[in-house]
Amino acid sequence: MTLRSLFIPITLLLVIAFLIGPFLIIVAASFSAGETLAFPPQGFSLRWIAKVFTVESFRASFGMSLFLAIGGTAAALILGIPASYALSRYKLPGAEIVRTVVSAPIIVPGIIVGLALLRYIVVPFQVGITLALFLAHTALVLPYAVRVVSASLDNLRSDIEEAAVLLGSSRLGAFFRVVMPNIRGGIMSAFILGFVTSFNQVPVSLFLSGPGVRTLPVDMIAYMEIVFDPSVAALSSLLAFLSIGIVFVAERFLGFSRYV
Amino acid sequence: MSDASYLSLEKLTLAYGDSVAVANLDLNIRKGELIALLGPSGCGKTTTMRAIAGLLAVKSGHVRLDGADITRVPANKRAVGLMFQSYALFPHLSVYENVAFGLKLKGMRGPELETKVQSGLKSVGLSTFANRKPAELSGGQQQRVALARSMVMEPKVLLLDEPLSNLDARLRLEMRTELQRVQKETGVTMIFVTHDQAEALALADRIVVMKSGKIEQIGSPEDIYNRPTSSFVADFVGFENIFPLENGKMKTSAGLIDLSGKPPSAAGLAWRPRMVSLGTGPFQGTVRGTSFAGDSREYLLDTSLGPIKAEVEASQPAHALGADLFFDLPPEKAAPLLRFV
Repeated sequence: MTLRSLFIPITLLLVIAFLIGPFLIIVAASFSAGETLAFPPQGFSLRWIAKVFTVESFRASFGMSLFLAIGGTAAALILGIPASYALSRYKLPGAEIVRTVVSAPIIVPGIIVGLALLRYIVVPFQVGITLALFLAHTALVLPYAVRVVSASLDNLRSDIEEAAVLLGSSRLGAFFRVVMPNIRGGIMSAFILGFVTSFNQVPVSLFLSGPGVRTLPVDMIAYMEIVFDPSVAALSSLLAFLSIGIVFVAERFLGFSRYV
Repeated sequence: MSDASYLSLEKLTLAYGDSVAVANLDLNIRKGELIALLGPSGCGKTTTMRAIAGLLAVKSGHVRLDGADITRVPANKRAVGLMFQSYALFPHLSVYENVAFGLKLKGMRGPELETKVQSGLKSVGLSTFANRKPAELSGGQQQRVALARSMVMEPKVLLLDEPLSNLDARLRLEMRTELQRVQKETGVTMIFVTHDQAEALALADRIVVMKSGKIEQIGSPEDIYNRPTSSFVADFVGFENIFPLENGKMKTSAGLIDLSGKPPSAAGLAWRPRMVSLGTGPFQGTVRGTSFAGDSREYLLDTSLGPIKAEVEASQPAHALGADLFFDLPPEKAAPLLRFV
């Protein structure tokens, strides 16, 4: 074996270690028996995993994150499905501009989105914290919803809608009878992608969170500033496995990767 | 409404934005007729079909069907069926549900629906495929589902977009027979759009040849095939040697040539390659190309008149490339053209 032939396998191993390593360290740390967040873990116990469920603020912020992920994604889909339909089926003037504006939250750093929302929406209009978070998460998920739903609409021939109309359906009826059933996979995928994106979102939520109203990731940061025990690692592990589980199930039943 | 105008298009003008696709089209179609709209792509045939279906708004003029003006009637209330070129079956529904789709929208339920769908499927020979999804069928089977789906609605007019173009040669014959049988059994008025003259000749009662949004010629398949009235139609149906007439003389690259026995009022003359007689005649040409087509052999000749295509029985002795041949364009065989475009 020459050095040259080892180069690629070694690089590959380093990349994998770099990507997966931190995750493995966190998972290992969550089973620690010690009092502080440390690696390598001291002993083995499930006490920190058990503690996660007893922290009051975690429960509240988990509920908030869940509400934002489900509600924000649902709202993004309600806006995003008709928008995707219009973008894919009609030659509209300025369609490209709309496409770009809709994708903006992906490209613009979260910090800037958060600051802008705070400075120009939340403060001047005195928007409540929960509503502000809800609007922000809807806007953040919208690009994913439009992108994924558009992809599945582009794969669907538009003449089936005309066929439905000629068989007696109205235009709107045709949308619900023959378009929606055929993009269900795309909508489910968009929902899952949106849910995970919203749930893991930090920078925007950081700006908009306020007294008593926090998302789970923001709450975890706040918790770590005060208490440096392994329960945050335990919670991170639980969330990571939840995300992996959702994506795995989605891939298994929907062919998730086709749409994303 | 007279019998001759079950479906009539009156001064129909259709446009996409500012570009006019069909201008001032007049066409009367009898009940139960099988009409072909024939023409090259961009001639307006598909646009006309979409306007009859109500999928395209009419700019000016009228569409009348069975005595009623349907120009402004929405597509879903017209009782006009359309079999799409891509078939446009609903991929998420079974064959049975595809055929039942329109009937259910009409409010049909229970045993009546069941009977109707089953008989629709039976009539296209697909009874045993009722539970399959469209993706599990061959192209030919999908097309028959599309036909059944339109026909169970008992449309007043059935439109067919390039009905044979996606099928291989064997299925083509099968589908052609099928369409003619359906037409005979139900008496439905059928209009199909095609760019393939062979398809139009084989299937239609009457052919409407279109060019640049206008009707070029209407006639029986025999009329269109044997008596094209314009150079465009002649060229489209295979008259490959076409010359304009000027002051009664044929205009060629060798100048004006006097032919005896030509019709006096014609604007041009056209010969099929088969009508050119090789071996004797007043003209001379050199063989530039030759191709063997089984029963016959085709020659491309370089002549002082311009290029000439001739076709002779394959049993005749073959001529080599570069051979000099005499030939004739017999005036009595030529199709006289009224318009030269």
